[in-house]
This record gives sequence, structure tokens and C-alpha cells, in this order.
Amino acid sequence: MSKKIRSSEITPESVFRQRRVILQAAGLGLGAVGTGLMMPERVSASVVDLKNVKAWPASTSEKQSSFEQATTYNNFYELGTDKGDPVKNADKLVTQPWTVEVGGECDKGGKYALEDILKPHSLEERVYRLRCVEAWSMVIPWIGFPLADLLKRFEPNSKAKYVEFKTIFDPENLPGQKYPLLQWPYSEGLRIDEAMHPLTLMAVGLYGKEIPNQNGAPLRLVVPWKYGFKSIKSIVSINFVEEQPDTSWNLSAPREYGFYSNVNPQVSHPRWSQAKERRLDSESSGFSALFSEKRNTEMFNGYADEVAGLYSGMDLKNNY
Amino acid sequence: MNSRVVAKEVTAPAVNIGASMHFNKLLKPAVFLLCLVPLCMAVVGVATNKFVDPVESLLHVTGQWGLRLLLITLCVTPVQLIFKWAAVVKLRRMLGLFAFFYVTMHLAIWVVLDQGLDPGDAISAIFEKKFITVGIIAWFGLLLLAVTSNRYSVRKLGRRWKKLHSWVYLLALLGVVHFIWQVRANELLEPSMYLGTLVVLLLWRFARMVKSP
Repeated sequence: MSKKIRSSEITPESVFRQRRVILQAAGLGLGAVGTGLMMPERVSASVVDLKNVKAWPASTSEKQSSFEQATTYNNFYELGTDKGDPVKNADKLVTQPWTVEVGGECDKGGKYALEDILKPHSLEERVYRLRCVEAWSMVIPWIGFPLADLLKRFEPNSKAKYVEFKTIFDPENLPGQKYPLLQWPYSEGLRIDEAMHPLTLMAVGLYGKEIPNQNGAPLRLVVPWKYGFKSIKSIVSINFVEEQPDTSWNLSAPREYGFYSNVNPQVSHPRWSQAKERRLDSESSGFSALFSEKRNTEMFNGYADEVAGLYSGMDLKNNY
Repeated sequence: MNSRVVAKEVTAPAVNIGASMHFNKLLKPAVFLLCLVPLCMAVVGVATNKFVDPVESLLHVTGQWGLRLLLITLCVTPVQLIFKWAAVVKLRRMLGLFAFFYVTMHLAIWVVLDQGLDPGDAISAIFEKKFITVGIIAWFGLLLLAVTSNRYSVRKLGRRWKKLHSWVYLLALLGVVHFIWQVRANELLEPSMYLGTLVVLLLWRFARMVKSP
């Protein structure tokens, strides 16, 4: 039986060094390796502090989820279907080298190395609410830059009505992709005005650190007014298209996961209500977490003032 | 009228002698303790912060073990007859009651911790979401079987007792359906293993019925 070298055999040290190169190329200062004092060993191993990060003034001041909660409870089916799987299988995601293929209705398409994607952008920290379609939520300090700033560099043309994103496809290494759980590679999409909205973030970090693999390293979307699955992880492809693209969850269960998937307490998932959510934050621990009351879910996850205008005149019950 | 025939299958006499007697004597308390292991692990898990969303985890663990124990209960009679291991049948009622215990915990956690004792929310969910409807029906069925699981009921109901308790197959099927209907994506490995077990058990029952009606 011949076996290939598995990604798990790559030492965290080398991962760390490779990442240092990427970030230096991006013109960023670099801190020391995470001290690991407040997080489990397995998470801290390859986590690097990010420096020169500006604070974004509109961040929510709500109680944040802990780093451990945000990095050990993930839906990332490529790394396993249990929410505890992605952190365990994190080293199966090979992020080196990383290229993003940009194509479709734009003038500056092509293959971009990660450092070229990141280079011109300065980083900011934004604390956003994250609402999962499974009716739990977190508050996470992301680090990234507006997606619009990146997309404009590719000079989309007038036919670019939608943007399609794809996650890495690597069934040899990614355990979830050995099974047809969803249509692989994972695909997501946004309408161009949603993609260009100033709240839509391309994230490369969280909690002051480089984004861990289980959270979608090295490059992921954060669309805070939509259910979490719209915020696609580990992006390798960005495609400007004229027609609304297929998305993996919509193909899996069209009645349950619409293209828009805006957080909406009035439109219930066919199998459970979306009216309330359980907030997972630093207060929910031990036995007291059992008795924490669910909170009411807000329209557009509390970002209605900013984004409701994108959908004026649309029937949000039919366009769920 | 012929309640003794029924009773014989329910509590078969222990015919084993010698060394195996000790084993059989210890079997029941050992299995009793084993059945408590998932519960203890869940409590320790909550206490030590092992679960990020403990309500969700407790729901999952109790539902999973309720279904597993129900299927294990259904395996007792085939094991008894195939391996000619009479003493095992003494475990059947206890296993069935443990299954009921876990399923009841599952329901209680859902009503009290997940729905926050909000009767409006819980009741509308029961009527609107079919996987919850099916789960509730299965629980009521198990309740009926649990309260008639004592010796008095066996005697009192006679032949009808067996008929009543053969509904357990349908209830187990409802349990599997309840599980399948809340699966996301194509994550069907675990529920299809349960469904497979149930189908094999039913085929075995059916074959036996055909052989000696």
C-alpha cells in the first residue's frame, strides 16, 4: 500500500514560517507565535498574531464569544460533519501554496497568489454577530478588509451581476470530500451589490490572530446579515457571472436554504423556527449555560439599517 | 387466558448452573451501570465545559442513546434464541426502561432547556415540524409500554400484553424516522445503520413467524 505524505506530517513550524513569508509579502508586521495561554494546545500550535490592525468604529460592543468557542465549534463539512471535527482535522487543510483563480465578467482575471491578493489591503478588526442557520449565534472579532476593495481590482464589467465563490477541492486530504455530503467543491454566491456592500468582509484573521484552518484559512468571506453558511471558507475561486450561480446548500435542499439566506426571524426553516437563537459567548459555560435563555433573532441579524435597502420591493418570504 | 405461556418468554427461568451462575448474577447490575455511562459522561461534559453548546449536545446524546438502547432491547430475544442464552432475557425490561429513560430525558431537555418552557413555542413546533410530531408520538407510545412493563400488567393483560408490546417495532421505526428527518446534507450513515438493524430484526421476527405461526 503506497501512501502519500499527509498534510498532518508537515510540522507546525514550517506552516508558521511559510505564513510569515506571506504576511511579510503583504507588508504586514508580525508578532510572535501565539502564547497559547488562553487556548487549547492544538489550536495555538500554528496561530500567529497579526499586527497593524486598525479598529473599525462600528463594531458591536456585545459580549464576545471566546476564542475557544469560535475555533472549536465550526461547520466546515470538508473537515467533518460534527462541529467538533474541523478543529481535530484542521491540519488536513493544506493552505500552502494558495492561489485564487479570478474569472468571468471582469478585465483583470487570472491566477493570483495569496500574497498578491493581500498585498494592497490594510487590515481592520470588525466585531460582527454571526448567526448560524442552526439557530445558534456568536460574536466574533474578525480581521480583514472589505470584499469590495478586492473585487474592484479585478475590474468587473457591466455583465457581472453576481459573484460566485468556491472553496478548495482536495478530496485526497479533506476527509469530508471523500463523501458526497454536499456538492463539492462548496460553492456560494452573492448578488454584485451584496458583494460590494461595505459590511461584506474578506477575512484573514480573528481575535488578533491569523485565521485558523478550521475557520476557513487563509481567506474567507464574512457576510454578517446572512446565515453563516453564506460566508464561504478557504476560497480558491472568484467568478463574476451574469446569472444567479448554484450554491451547495441550495442544491442539497432547495426548500430549506435559499440563495439569499438573509437572517430573517419571520421566515422559518422548514424544520425549525428561526425566531430565536442561542448565543454562545463567554458567559455560556458550565451548568449555567444550560439555563441561558434564547434571545430573539433580529431582522438581517441586526444589520437592517445598513442592508435592508438592498432588498426593497423584494418579497423576502419567496426570496428566502 | 393462557398467561403462563406469555410469562415464560418474558422471564425465562435461569437454567445455567455453576460458574455461569455468578456471571449471570452480575450481568444485570453490570449492565445497569453500563447504561448510566452515557448520562454520567454527559453530566461531566457539561461540568467541565466540554460542549460549546451544551443544550444541543445533551439533546443529541440522550436522543442517540434512547434509540440505541431501544434497538439493543429488541436484540435481546433474538440473542436469547440464537445463542441459547436464557439469562439474557432478564435484561430486556431493564434495557427497555433505560431506553424510555433516555428518550424522556431527551424530551424534557427539549421542552425545558431548548424551548425554555415556552408552551406556545413547544406546542407550535410539535404541530408544525413533522420530525417533532413523530418524536412526540413515539414518546407517548413508549410511555404506554413503560407503564405496562411491570409483572402486574403482564399478568393482567395476558395475551394482549404481547400484542401491545409488539408495537415497540413501530415506535423504534418512528424514532429512526425522527432522526432521519432532522439530518442535514447527506449525513445518513448513523441513521441508516439504525434502520438496517431494525430491518434485520423485523426480518428475523417475520421468518420466525412464517416457520412456526
